[in-house]
Amino acid sequence: MPVTDAPRLQWQTAEVREIVEETPRVRTIILDVPSWHGHKAGQHIDVRLTADDGYQAQRSYSIASAPESDHLMLSVERIEEGEVSPYLAGEARMGDKFELRGPIGGYFVWTIATGGPLFLIAGGSGVAPLMAMLRHRAAQKSTIPATLLFSSRTYDDIIYRAEMERLAAADPHLKIVHTLTRGQPAGWTGPSRRIDSEMLVSEGFAPDAKPHIYICGPTALVESSARALLALGHDRALIKTERFGPTGL
Amino acid sequence: MHLHGDKPVDGNAVAGLFREVFALDLTTASLICAGCGAEAEIGSVRVFGGTMGAVFRCDGCDEVVMRLVRTPDGYWLDMQGARRLFARKVG
Ligand SMILES: Cc1cc2nc3c(=O)[nH]c(=O)nc-3n(C[C@H](O)[C@H](O)[C@H](O)COP(=O)(O)OP(=O)(O)OC[C@H]3O[C@@H](n4cnc5c(N)ncnc54)[C@H](O)[C@@H]3O)c2cc1C
Ligand SMILES: [Zn+2]
Repeated sequence: MPVTDAPRLQWQTAEVREIVEETPRVRTIILDVPSWHGHKAGQHIDVRLTADDGYQAQRSYSIASAPESDHLMLSVERIEEGEVSPYLAGEARMGDKFELRGPIGGYFVWTIATGGPLFLIAGGSGVAPLMAMLRHRAAQKSTIPATLLFSSRTYDDIIYRAEMERLAAADPHLKIVHTLTRGQPAGWTGPSRRIDSEMLVSEGFAPDAKPHIYICGPTALVESSARALLALGHDRALIKTERFGPTGL
Repeated sequence: MHLHGDKPVDGNAVAGLFREVFALDLTTASLICAGCGAEAEIGSVRVFGGTMGAVFRCDGCDEVVMRLVRTPDGYWLDMQGARRLFARKVG
């Protein structure tokens, strides 16, 4: 085969293969993409929708599936007034086609080679790229210590809840902590407030352990968590953030 | 990429726009601010702007370090605020 340069980033047509209702507001769409050369956990794609009159809207979505998976998965939260998410998380049907390009964004990436401990902090759909990291870690049977601190509104809003329970039950090196900010089921013993400094200390790794930290979700959650971690003495170079935008939790 | 005026996203979110212009992934490139000398990976630098353009602001001094704008017939890259950019080869 002739040696070629890395392929240019092209828009290509993806087809919706399957849809999974994760929570009342979040759907996972599983896609067939004709020309996919693999990705790293944490990367994203750009989606472009074109209306009949030619108007185009473009948004970014994290890849939720592991690099080891055969299919590309996105998990999208429906923003009622939005241009793109109501389609992806609501109207899209099996067999629908739309344009995407990727994978992109080598900065917010974790691989086994990056090492650990791995400290993941998510709010809402911000868990998508972090789930790709946990799925990658599980697929590689890695024993790198990992903790996910995941903020959701209510118990029913916890994305990937069943899969997380399975992963954590089978893996003594993985800890998953849920905090529920807007309502807790009877008997809930976990934290019930927004992620704060105290929670980052009690659930996370100490700065001395030099954890690789990835924070993703609504801008406010990302910024307040990053600030708190810096104040606790974590190394700025080990903290990576991905702000999704103004999503309210 | 889609940016909301006053609220920043991370430079990583602009990866797609960069790849329209450059062959290398610039989100892992490092950028040195001409104003205060702070060095940061582009993926970590805050980005402000609208759908047509990205304005990067230094974490150290809040000045504009870089601007990338898409126009109907091309791209503008304004690097007045940066002293140097280093893009690592992949693999
Ligand atoms: C790198 C990156 C990865 C992303 N990955 C994901 C992902 O995996 N899953 C996912 O669901 N989203 C993700 N997002 C967010 C996504 O790109 C869109 O911003 C989001 O889906 C809203 O787009 P929209 O077109 O529906 O709304 P818009 O048309 O952009 O917004 C409509 C209105 O809602 C407000 N608004 C915009 N976004 C939000 C919000 N999130 N919450 C509340 N109000 C909002 C706007 O200010 C506007 O007034 C990611 C963003 C980035 C930068
Ligand atoms: Zn500066």
